[in-house]
Amino acid sequence: MNYADRLAKVAVLGAAGKMGSGIVLLTAMEMADLSLESGQPASDKVLQAVDISEKALAGLMDYLRTQVQKAAEKKAVWLRKAYAGREDLIENEEIINRYVVDVLSVVRPSTQLEAAYNATLVFEAINENPDLKVKLLSEIKAHDIQDAWFLTNTSSIPISELNDRVKLGGRIVGFHFYNPPAVQKLVELIRAEASIPELADFSAQFAKKLRKTVVPSRDVAGFIGNGHFMRDGLYALSEVERLAGEVGFVPAVYMVNRISQDFLIRPMGIFQLVDYVGLDVCQSILRVMDERLPGRGLHSPLIDKMIGLGVLGGQFADGSQKDGFLKYEKGRTAGVYDPDKRSYVAWADIAGRGDDKLGALPPLAKPWKGVIQDPRRESYLEGYFKQLAGMKTLGAELARKYGRTSNDIGLGLIKDGVAAGAEDVNTVLLTGFYHAYGPINSYFG
Amino acid sequence: MVQNRKKVFMTAGYNTVSLGTGRKEFHPKKPRPGLEDLIKEAGQGTLKQIGGGANVDEGVISNFMAARFNKQGHLAALIPHVDESLRWKPCCRVEGACGSGGLGLMTAVKTVLSGTADVVLTIGVEVQNTVKAIYGADYLAGAGWFRGERKAGHAFFFPAVFSGRAGAYFEKYGRDKTRRAFARWYRLAVENARLCETAQEFHNATEDLEALAMTEPNPKAFVDHLNVFDCSKVSDAAAAIAVVSEEGLKRIGIPQSEAVEVVGWGQVEADLTVPPEDPTYLETTARAAKKALDSAGIGLKDLGTVECHDCFTISGLLSIEAIGFAGKGEGADYVLSGATSRAGAVPFNTSGGLIGWGHPTGGTGVRQAATIWQQLTDKAQKWQVPVSAKRPFALSVNMGGNDKTVVAIVYKKA
Repeated sequence: MNYADRLAKVAVLGAAGKMGSGIVLLTAMEMADLSLESGQPASDKVLQAVDISEKALAGLMDYLRTQVQKAAEKKAVWLRKAYAGREDLIENEEIINRYVVDVLSVVRPSTQLEAAYNATLVFEAINENPDLKVKLLSEIKAHDIQDAWFLTNTSSIPISELNDRVKLGGRIVGFHFYNPPAVQKLVELIRAEASIPELADFSAQFAKKLRKTVVPSRDVAGFIGNGHFMRDGLYALSEVERLAGEVGFVPAVYMVNRISQDFLIRPMGIFQLVDYVGLDVCQSILRVMDERLPGRGLHSPLIDKMIGLGVLGGQFADGSQKDGFLKYEKGRTAGVYDPDKRSYVAWADIAGRGDDKLGALPPLAKPWKGVIQDPRRESYLEGYFKQLAGMKTLGAELARKYGRTSNDIGLGLIKDGVAAGAEDVNTVLLTGFYHAYGPINSYFG
Repeated sequence: MVQNRKKVFMTAGYNTVSLGTGRKEFHPKKPRPGLEDLIKEAGQGTLKQIGGGANVDEGVISNFMAARFNKQGHLAALIPHVDESLRWKPCCRVEGACGSGGLGLMTAVKTVLSGTADVVLTIGVEVQNTVKAIYGADYLAGAGWFRGERKAGHAFFFPAVFSGRAGAYFEKYGRDKTRRAFARWYRLAVENARLCETAQEFHNATEDLEALAMTEPNPKAFVDHLNVFDCSKVSDAAAAIAVVSEEGLKRIGIPQSEAVEVVGWGQVEADLTVPPEDPTYLETTARAAKKALDSAGIGLKDLGTVECHDCFTISGLLSIEAIGFAGKGEGADYVLSGATSRAGAVPFNTSGGLIGWGHPTGGTGVRQAATIWQQLTDKAQKWQVPVSAKRPFALSVNMGGNDKTVVAIVYKKA
């Protein structure tokens, strides 16, 4: 079965979720494009978008319509050539609208798992729950007519574990998109030891056609992305607990968040990132990692406690941020949660005191956005971190320690064989997390 | 050669800001002035200088594609919206793609020449930021031959048409020097625009403009031989000017020294369905410019400044050759020599031209006339260039479509 045939009958599980909807979008467009390239009608291709929620599936169709149109507007030059044979389609607008119809006609929303039984390729993007994944994949495998290949979007569960428990005989590969898949350039590709080489080749080709940057990760729980992020987050939580004794919990959260964002020039502070991913998702990932890598402290009682208090983070259906460690107003950070009072303390009531303790930023400091747009970014960062190294403020000291820890986490991933080298770790953080520099660097001595 | 049977002047020009990407106040998702607002601003800008609408006999409005960009036809009836006193007066709208403005000016000039009017308010307008560029490209493609060219044409139809001309020019005369001349043209356009507050590139702060303009074209996302810096931008703007007789000047109380005289013109139409014989030559532009200069009885040596139709850098280069400042294939050298710059022998496009000031398609011809009026009457403020008494004439060339509708006008300090 060649590449195009493999993409003739696809099923996406968890299709209406945050990751699933992006995966449906990219896959359906690739399927429609293959039809256009070969001159075959798109009607011979089917993507079963399977999700438990009818309502979410209706939302998915809306999302797809908008996103396909945006994508079509960007590739109108190619689309005009692809539809050259259609005499009835003359203007860009007519061609773009036709493409939207052609892509959407590939997608069949369904709440029934049976819809996936006839698939040649199954892309799994459900909750990060190993037992649920095993249950659904096993059901499909038991009825699987086409000897389907399986891609899983898991960000933490070892692929070999899924392969063994579902008895897939190597018909599975980890294909980990970053959120949102339509925008983020990174894909972590994870081969289980048993993964069949043809599937690995297919995955590489698929990622390339989607114009993704591929980083291979070894099949160790958490892989490179969460391998770094989770440890980075746990370190931030431990710093909060340490500082809370001196300054109180709320200011400590504020300070560590500010260290990670402003002092270390990241797109968002560490607690904003945890909220973005969702505390519950972080908890699931940590649980998966902790069970498989015991004794490494991959666990946070503080996160468990927050979840117990109903503080979850994550996003609303319209993509806006839910409150978590931090409070959000119009997408901007506006406060910090106080677990004792069970309410949020406004930014304005904390910032002054927190900033006084941290001290000023290095004189060269500028926001992350300005740094990533700087054509001389490397030399800017050299200069900035040189200033940071020479400062004696609490903020500078905490930032250097944070930077060194992030560096050590990266090196640990190489030592453990999860990443092949520094470049892979840095690529994941640069493209998957939009950092302005890789964690493995020489900025922190 | 047809000579004007009486004297015709232009005065009281007004340009709105050219709004679009590049202007700090522009945000695609925020509300901004619409068609009628810009018509009103420009029209009142001129009326204020000529003693109000009561002094106006007729109105002409130039526009290309409001029917699609703004879903608005019937623009003549928006002229009375400028001022109540314009109600019940004769008005008309003219269209000739990006040459609409030139046609509007000629309509006004001929109305004055016919003797039925002494003061004609002439407005040009286009509001194009209502849709994304990819759909705007569909609308602008209406300047080509829809049934004969559109289906086989590119997503970015007009950029591709002129990219084709650029490609042919590269092949004939060499790519490297020509691309450098394009980059120089872009730099000079933006540098001029930085001096003119209404220009779309007024806020442009790029340090090395030529390096930016040397960006390699990307055929996958755009066209083969041009990059985005080779193209005029999408603009919302209006311009207005009064076209008047000697009697008209007296009526509005403006001395001749505050006006420019229209001493020659060439208005030329080519067949929309016939492709250009030589893609490296703007034949219609050449014919129009020659007619204008001949009817004025002057030569290139008499011109102090020129407004040419640089919808693309290649159009700027080809205009220089078509007008006759450089021989065929020598336009690049002419630009690189600095002859068109502010300090050059004949400064071109002193407020930025279509690339620097902006290109409100159907309004551009009127904008060019307003620019020349400002320049010749010493009203150009920071972008004023010295106009020597030895070269008291100016030329504007306004082109519609792929060199199909062209209006060239020769002006003299009155």
